[in-house]
Amino acid sequence: MKKQKLVLIGNGMAGVRAVEEVLKLDSEGFDVTVFGSEPYPNYNRIQLSKVLQGDTEIADITLNTWEWYEENGILLYPGETVTSIDTVNQTIVTDKERQVSYDKLILATGSVPFMLPLPGADKEGVTAFRNIEDCERMIEASLSYKKAIVIGGGLLGLEAARGLLNLGMEVDVVHNSNTLMDRQLDNTAGKMLQKELEKQGMNFLLEKQSAEIVGESRVEGLRFEDGEVVKTDLVVMAVGIRSNMKLAEESGIPVNRGILVNDHLETEVPNVFAVGECAEHKEMVYGLVAPLYQQGKEMAKRICGETGNGYQGSVLSTQLKVSGVDVFSAGQIIEEEETKSVTLFDDWRGVYKKVLVNDGKITGAVLFGDTKEGTRLLNLINKRAPIEEYMDNKGAEEAGADLIASMPDTEMICGCNGVTKGAIVEAINAQGLTTVDQVKGCTNASRSCGGCKPLVSDLLAHTAGDAFEQNQKESICACTSYSKEEVMEEIKAKGLTYTKEVMNVLGWSSDEGCSKCRPALNYYLGMLNPAEYHDEKESRYVNERLHANIQKNGTYSVVPRMYGGVTNADDLRKIADVADKYKVPLIKVTGGQRIDLFGVKKEDLPNVWSDLDMPSGSAYAKGLRTVKTCVGADYCRFGTKDSMGLGIKLEKKFEGLNTPHKVKMSVSACPRNCAEGSIKDVGITGLDGEFEIYVGGNGGTHLRKANLLAKVKTEEEVLETTAGFLQYYRETADYLDRTSAWVEKMGLDHIKSVLANKKTFIELNHRMDEALSVVQDGWKQALEDKTLLRDLYQNLKVPAGSN
Amino acid sequence: MEKMLNKVFVATITELPENLGRTVYVGEGKLELAIFKLSNGKIRVIENRCPHKGGVLAEGMVSGEHVFCPMHDWKINMSDGNVQAPDIGCVKTFQTEVQNNQVYVLLPEN
Ligand SMILES: Cc1cc2nc3c(=O)[nH]c(=O)nc-3n(C[C@H](O)[C@H](O)[C@H](O)COP(=O)(O)OP(=O)(O)OC[C@H]3O[C@@H](n4cnc5c(N)ncnc54)[C@H](O)[C@@H]3O)c2cc1C
Repeated sequence: MKKQKLVLIGNGMAGVRAVEEVLKLDSEGFDVTVFGSEPYPNYNRIQLSKVLQGDTEIADITLNTWEWYEENGILLYPGETVTSIDTVNQTIVTDKERQVSYDKLILATGSVPFMLPLPGADKEGVTAFRNIEDCERMIEASLSYKKAIVIGGGLLGLEAARGLLNLGMEVDVVHNSNTLMDRQLDNTAGKMLQKELEKQGMNFLLEKQSAEIVGESRVEGLRFEDGEVVKTDLVVMAVGIRSNMKLAEESGIPVNRGILVNDHLETEVPNVFAVGECAEHKEMVYGLVAPLYQQGKEMAKRICGETGNGYQGSVLSTQLKVSGVDVFSAGQIIEEEETKSVTLFDDWRGVYKKVLVNDGKITGAVLFGDTKEGTRLLNLINKRAPIEEYMDNKGAEEAGADLIASMPDTEMICGCNGVTKGAIVEAINAQGLTTVDQVKGCTNASRSCGGCKPLVSDLLAHTAGDAFEQNQKESICACTSYSKEEVMEEIKAKGLTYTKEVMNVLGWSSDEGCSKCRPALNYYLGMLNPAEYHDEKESRYVNERLHANIQKNGTYSVVPRMYGGVTNADDLRKIADVADKYKVPLIKVTGGQRIDLFGVKKEDLPNVWSDLDMPSGSAYAKGLRTVKTCVGADYCRFGTKDSMGLGIKLEKKFEGLNTPHKVKMSVSACPRNCAEGSIKDVGITGLDGEFEIYVGGNGGTHLRKANLLAKVKTEEEVLETTAGFLQYYRETADYLDRTSAWVEKMGLDHIKSVLANKKTFIELNHRMDEALSVVQDGWKQALEDKTLLRDLYQNLKVPAGSN
Repeated sequence: MEKMLNKVFVATITELPENLGRTVYVGEGKLELAIFKLSNGKIRVIENRCPHKGGVLAEGMVSGEHVFCPMHDWKINMSDGNVQAPDIGCVKTFQTEVQNNQVYVLLPEN
């Protein structure tokens, strides 16, 4: 039989899922063509929140890879927008003047974010939060600006605000009503939520009506109707979405608030379907994936000529994806006159639960602080179950495993994708699944918002038992399932000596690894065996390979070492001469108390170093950067200690050391802490008669105040304690974890107790000495090695020639 | 249509380091290429600019047929020039010929 031509407009979550459903029912019947305005394969829009919050990366949110389209014979036109539909001749036209005919057409054009029509809304620095571009725009803004305002205190706005906080911005959330998420939460839960988020550092401006965005070309502030102006560098509008139905409307397909569809997702025009956020079914337009996926299923049946009951509408449930805050709501939220409710309010633990009952049947629920019961309540609401069914079973919910065991097979685990407990158990048993990722791959459970991951994980533990336990770990990267600890064990046990050997022996999925695992392995190998390991230049990031910092135009910056931030006339003269000789366009004083020469050409680097004749400042290294010092007892009337002297000793001892990530230190000579020890990886404060050693501070994106690790009497002890601390960090941290993250993972008390053990302390110091004994100055090493100079620093110039 | 190609000598194969890129300027700096010797000995030549923000690809980390841009870690296939998902784009690739240890790049006549 001849294949039918199926055309999908909108390469998003609803449309592509619908195509998946069609292919599941009939993999041979259709030639599928997909148009998508965005230049990406279908990605998980929901996870943009997590991308912004720094929990995942854009690279990891692809739902359907390019290969998937290819393998399924789908012709995809990414970055191409359909501009008109001729429903009589059944053809469409795109902005690239492509004309394609169809037998069946699916409109899945999603929504457009609603932008408040404020004066100034077109200024630079005003954005929505809808797609990858918006997300990238916000991340970029956070690099150069400080203050953000999010308009809209709903789900999307709060997730955006949390993301911006994580990116180091100050955030005000503006909301027009007096409760947050007022469409999903009642007053009590809304207020609890507000308190919790304020604790996390969000600032709220409630009951405020925005009037104007002020500023020159870029936004500088937001003015409210009451006249108040709040300064800001970025405005994110998250005030709602509108069905994207312009194309349909212009093509004569009937619309109301969305494109009108029946139970089979058919529009009023033959052979044209609509699904997702652009569609309106029984006066409802949905903005969450669960209903959209249900729609896709029903639509697929109709397209493939199968019978089905059709789509019957959905009960909505929401969950906020902000770490540390658990809220859930479903169904009816506002109580009417006849509504009864079961309420639990535990202000002490911060837990609130309300289940709404009408005519003895469960119709809605709000949970705050503990949302484990969410999916179960949603099921009960969907069934319109009597309240007794909930109350009777309450005892069982206490422990996760019991809850899982007592669930009926028909109970929904993944609300977004409609996957039941039964379906997951069957997949685990039939296919021997042992990881959450495998379950995701086979059943779609947890593939969208990820909220049910803990439940899936409980279910795995319950069903697969031990096999699952063994898989509870984080792998180094996508090339392997081994964790860092396991890799280190294998390196030791099998005596592995270079990265390729590790990857071969441990069965990496790609022969030569990736940009994540290669530098990590290079580090672990060198750390475990400092004396023998041969550092692999080709497994280093460019800056560490070339011992200089690459700049955006491909030139480099050069920072010579200035121990303790102390310099002299000779060194300054040398630097000035070099700057003249090599026409250095920018000389800048760094935050680490030294001098940075910008704009040096790669091929000039060796000569610059040789002329400077100073050690490398390692400003590019995952290693010790600087030891910042205050002027100390020599000159300062408050100084109690020789901070410069101790800083220089520390820097001389640890210079050139490789660590999991960069390490910054400081020494101050009194509690005024002018060298800013509270935001350093190691910060020393000198007091009368003793030194305080602070660790795990960070002044960057993830601002963290350092913790007091120890108080000691002598400079010698400062050096030894620092060595013990850094060596323990070197041995146990994941590559690319700063001490701030590491201290949090390990716990300060644990680190203290490790260092308190005399024997361990001495051994750590020994291994540190061993590591330091092989350190070489990167610049000197390059200058002395002809092959290195040629391989790394020379460019080739060839004439264009002809033959 | 037949295209004329210019055969340009760029390097001696034994002088190229394995899995490290090298920048090649052709003519008066008009054309900038990145040349790589892969671990299987094959030579790859691509345009020396990442389609994302112009990162210098010769300084990227090499794994098999792919190079990771040093700026923002875009992953690019050196044999067909395609940027790997979820990013999208393409860099120009150039054919090479090796004769007697000498590497030549075939450049389209302009
Ligand atoms: C930050 C964020 C967090 C979210 N969190 C959740 C959550 O926790 N849970 C939940 O259930 N939902 C969540 N959502 C909502 C969910 O992402 C959407 O409901 C879902 O993506 C809608 O799918 P869709 O296919 O209808 O629209 P989309 O995914 O928007 O896809 C539509 C696509 O069509 C393209 N398009 C439009 N017009 C044309 C044209 N003429 N030609 C070609 N292409 C066109 C668009 O560019 C777009 O790529 C969230 C959304 C965001 C932005």
